Amino acid sequence: MRATLIATLSAAGFLILAGCQTTPEDQQAAAAGVEDRSKPGAGKPGAQAQPVERPKIAAVDVTSGRKDAASALKDPASILSKRNIYFEYDKFDVKEEYRPVVEAHAKYLRENPNARMLIQGSADERGSREYNVALGQRRSDNVKKVLMLLGAREAQVESVSLGEEKPACSEHNEECWAKNRRGEMLYSGEF
Amino acid sequence: MTFLPKEMRFLLGVVLCLAAASAGAQLSIEITGAGAQRTPIAVVPFTGEQGVGTSLTAIVRADLERSGLFRGLEVPALSPHPNENSPVSYGEWRSRLADALVVGSVAMSADGRYEVRFRVYDIVKQAPLGAIAYLFTKDNARAAAHRIADFVYEKLTGEKGVFSTQIAYVVKRGTTYELQIADADGERSQYLLRANEPIISPVWSPEGRRIAYVSFESKKPVVYVHHLSENKRQVVASFKGSNSAPAWSPDGKTIAVVLSVEGGSQIYLINSDGSGPRRRISNSPSIDTEPRYSTDGKWLYFTSDRGGSPQIYRMSATGGEPQRVTFRGSYNVSPRPSPDGRVLAYVTRDGGKFQVALLDLSNQQVQVITDSDRDESPSFAPNGRMILLATVRGGRGVLSAVSSDGRIRQNLPYSGGDVREPAWGPFNE
Repeated sequence: MRATLIATLSAAGFLILAGCQTTPEDQQAAAAGVEDRSKPGAGKPGAQAQPVERPKIAAVDVTSGRKDAASALKDPASILSKRNIYFEYDKFDVKEEYRPVVEAHAKYLRENPNARMLIQGSADERGSREYNVALGQRRSDNVKKVLMLLGAREAQVESVSLGEEKPACSEHNEECWAKNRRGEMLYSGEF
Repeated sequence: MTFLPKEMRFLLGVVLCLAAASAGAQLSIEITGAGAQRTPIAVVPFTGEQGVGTSLTAIVRADLERSGLFRGLEVPALSPHPNENSPVSYGEWRSRLADALVVGSVAMSADGRYEVRFRVYDIVKQAPLGAIAYLFTKDNARAAAHRIADFVYEKLTGEKGVFSTQIAYVVKRGTTYELQIADADGERSQYLLRANEPIISPVWSPEGRRIAYVSFESKKPVVYVHHLSENKRQVVASFKGSNSAPAWSPDGKTIAVVLSVEGGSQIYLINSDGSGPRRRISNSPSIDTEPRYSTDGKWLYFTSDRGGSPQIYRMSATGGEPQRVTFRGSYNVSPRPSPDGRVLAYVTRDGGKFQVALLDLSNQQVQVITDSDRDESPSFAPNGRMILLATVRGGRGVLSAVSSDGRIRQNLPYSGGDVREPAWGPFNE
């Protein structure tokens, strides 16, 4: 039953994946890129230099494109720098407000097939340590499910739990506990 | 060769030789409550024990008092100082209000070891209860004293003492975590593992030579088995996802663990030497965790939220339909069957307080035996008399022990950091 459900969700994920790979935005972005490169030559004199420079510029674009994607993970201005999903008490669903963050990371994983992600789920300090490991796992599993529905592959994502062992905040109050009920998305080299 | 009592046994190197050095800070015990009737006992300083450099009788007395069942009497200077061969004046000891008496002596043996010989008397019944001799090296004087206390305890109560057993626990200092083991009195602590990531859920193998635990050193929970005498360890569960909550089968061959490899948290069995495939034995869309074998090995108690809130269930140790075990309250976790199988200790939440409760499995009576706010990780002494647990006092993690009837509580303050995750080891030998 559970296996069937996961299979269904995965299938849905692949459909979305297939859909996402040919999104109009992507096509527009690609078209815009081509257009940009041709603009200087088209709009200005000295267009004869263009055939020589063009392949070189294209190569630089590809490299800088990759660099941009990786550095976007750390760039505070990029949504990809956001890694934490916070959860309500005794709740495990990824709230609507975190949808854009998870979607951005799913897109990154789709576009970077070699990227690997570890999702560490956490619980607040109340109660049994081992039960809290299970609660943190339920949170990270749910983040993983959403990522996979959005096209990330199973081999790219591992969901684990830190239970209550690595609190982001160490006070014993609700404000702190809310910060500790989280799922944190980390890429290779970050954990 | 001098005559020795019939029950004579030798005590040789009872302490595991671990490479790890002592962390320095020791647990020290303070008793805050005591049983209503404690048997007054006179432990007369053994003749010749000054030569050992460790007061055996002071340790014996402290051990007996720590059980909550005995009160050590101050023994006046006696002339002649009695030993195990002296005639006993029952009337004289009765007038000193002693119900029990221990007398003995220590002598250096030919090979440089010490030999302690002692006798236990029931003063009320005016009867000798037994005598024994132990051989020990100077380094093992504390272990010898614990053996003496075990002998005295067993003669006077009819059940085995746990003074020679060991405990394991985790100490957190800043961002450093240590899995330590110590004598049951908190002395002679040493660490097995020091890490910069958390360590949780240590459990002793039934024969006491291995400890399974969960370490987060690879940024996720992984289950290890540590072999104490060789001070080496092996990974036994490191599947994709989380690996946690190890529990030994009574024969030491199998470890029940909780894995998330197929999604969720489910209970699996693995071989304790890490060989062979994993066998899934719980099958639910809910959380199934914290497995613990019953002493007879037939049942696995575990925590599950299949009914909507975390409750304790049990199923056959080979898998099968679970039965719900706890019904009162909305949060019952961390099942720990007692060594005799009659009682289940667990943690219950009541009004935001987490306390240790005992469920009598024969009549379903529940008794909450602690009164703090954050009691967790209960662990039975191998004789079932005491339960070691973790609690928080003054914002700090400390260990505490409570008698199984809830009447005696001892705190084990530790100066070296936050202490948690206690596990009481089995009887040794």
